[in-house]
Amino acid sequence: MRRNADLIFTMSKPGRRCADLPPMDVPETTLSDRFQRKEALPLPEIAEVDLLRHYMELSRRANGVDNLFYPLGSCTMKYNPRINEDLAALPGFTDIHPLQPEHTVKGALEVLHLLETYLCEVTGMDKITLQPAAGAHGEWTGLNLIKAYHAHNQDFARTKILVPDSAHGTNPASAAMAGFDIVSVPSNPDGSVDTNALRELADEQTAGLMLTNPNTLGLFEKNIVELAEIVHEAGGLLYYDGANFNAIMGLVRPGDMGFDIIHLNLHKTFSTPHGGGGPGSGPVGCKEFLAAFLPAPVVTEKDGDIVFDDDRPESIGKVKAFYGNFLVCVKALSYILNLGGDGLKNASEMAVLNANYMMEKLKSMYTLPYAGPCMHEFVLSAEQLKKETTVSALDVAKGLLDYGIHPPTIYFPLIVHEALMIEPTETESKETLDEAIAALSEIYQTAKENPAFLHEAPISTVIRRVDEVGAARNPVLKYDHR
Amino acid sequence: MNIPNDYFYSKSHEWIKFLDDTTALIGITDFAQSELGDIVFVNLPEVEDTIEVEDSFADVESVKAVSDIYSPVAGTVSKINEELFDSPELINESPYDAWLIEVSDITEKDDLLTAEEYEAFLSEEA
Repeated sequence: MRRNADLIFTMSKPGRRCADLPPMDVPETTLSDRFQRKEALPLPEIAEVDLLRHYMELSRRANGVDNLFYPLGSCTMKYNPRINEDLAALPGFTDIHPLQPEHTVKGALEVLHLLETYLCEVTGMDKITLQPAAGAHGEWTGLNLIKAYHAHNQDFARTKILVPDSAHGTNPASAAMAGFDIVSVPSNPDGSVDTNALRELADEQTAGLMLTNPNTLGLFEKNIVELAEIVHEAGGLLYYDGANFNAIMGLVRPGDMGFDIIHLNLHKTFSTPHGGGGPGSGPVGCKEFLAAFLPAPVVTEKDGDIVFDDDRPESIGKVKAFYGNFLVCVKALSYILNLGGDGLKNASEMAVLNANYMMEKLKSMYTLPYAGPCMHEFVLSAEQLKKETTVSALDVAKGLLDYGIHPPTIYFPLIVHEALMIEPTETESKETLDEAIAALSEIYQTAKENPAFLHEAPISTVIRRVDEVGAARNPVLKYDHR
Repeated sequence: MNIPNDYFYSKSHEWIKFLDDTTALIGITDFAQSELGDIVFVNLPEVEDTIEVEDSFADVESVKAVSDIYSPVAGTVSKINEELFDSPELINESPYDAWLIEVSDITEKDDLLTAEEYEAFLSEEA
């Protein structure tokens, strides 16, 4: 019944209800005229059964990691184990209030403290804040630590943040939001940071370098120790963007590579829900010499007790109400405790193995502009395919929808033309990977034989090709009930 | 690929058309707009802003990406093409008419390419 997928407003019939409210048993009072609504709110009026069918129908149309393979590069759309949800739904976690007296929520404090301890262990950092609500929020928080550090040293000339040209777009954006000027560092032909260029760019105005390792091409920066030395010798700090941390858990630690600050994405690496199922969480860790600047309060151990420490005169201040997205922290801790140290390491190894398997099978068709072996993801280019057949990365992505596979990230990173960025994640079976490889191979053949077919794809979805240009130029953001 | 003869070009795919010795219009080339795809938003500087050679003075956004636009000259922004705010598609439709800014009091120029040199540069890049 297509009607179930109409906008809920158009399904409305006057007088229909999900439930009848009980008769009022308190005296009625009237608000002053100033506060009275002049016309009824145009809320949809709908029966419970129709409401249920409406949202069930919409949920069937949605693509997510729960119903299909979702190799969206850079986003780590890994499976979210259900036990995380079970634990986060325990009443001891859901029925507490952030303003409750501290001595009544010691269990929650222990969760925060334990999670911090494990995250420090796996990243090689000394202290962590769980406040930031997502990755870019973590970046901004970390950059403010850099700022506070230089200000503390009365070193006000350090206004520049170095960012490699392969970086996530959020890096320069966060640096700009934190008030820094951005200097772009070029890449070598092999996709790594150009150390000579970095040496020339790092100077007494350098506040820090933001780096993702493995980088956005899915390649490990082999010269990381040298890069760290160059930045440190110039007096700058090293910021680790943890977006790609899923490749290295238990294998190598940013703290040991020379990084001073790191953010993690719990909604990527630590299996908490992503996007609509969020919220996210972007903890920020740092070395001891920066700990005084972390957002207050921090959770700390004192005389065998776990307490909030609010006495932080050098703190950059709160970056989020209360203590961050607490229940997300519970889910991440559940993941860590379930996998254990060896399990986390194995997850990263499997993520890397799966990506290399797909890369090897696909590189004879789509071009691999930066040679592997890759880490947890890889970037193919459809540039050659487009020249030969007019089928673009966008067409390939849309074609995959007809195979019941979520498209990879496309047109990112910008240094690869017609990029297809594929991140299978560790939980996918060989059968699933083979199915995706077969789909991409068939699409490649179709591109050669019948490119027009792919220009039309997807053909099996409820909504065919969306008008992205129309949506961007003339966005319709709300239902106009008039 | 359309590359008019009476314009100069930069390697980052801007065109520049001199109105006199120290005044010029700047836009992006046909190649640039075709690489970007449908442009949906344009961010321009303010009149009287000063810009240096290789400064990013504007950005254009397509459904694929946001790209910085770099100035091949140093000078003062004397006009901006406000029509592009409502009709960014003009850049796709007619890239050599859809100027972004007019720069006056030009004091310095980057190494500019002629149409012939830019065409050669494009075929090298391809």
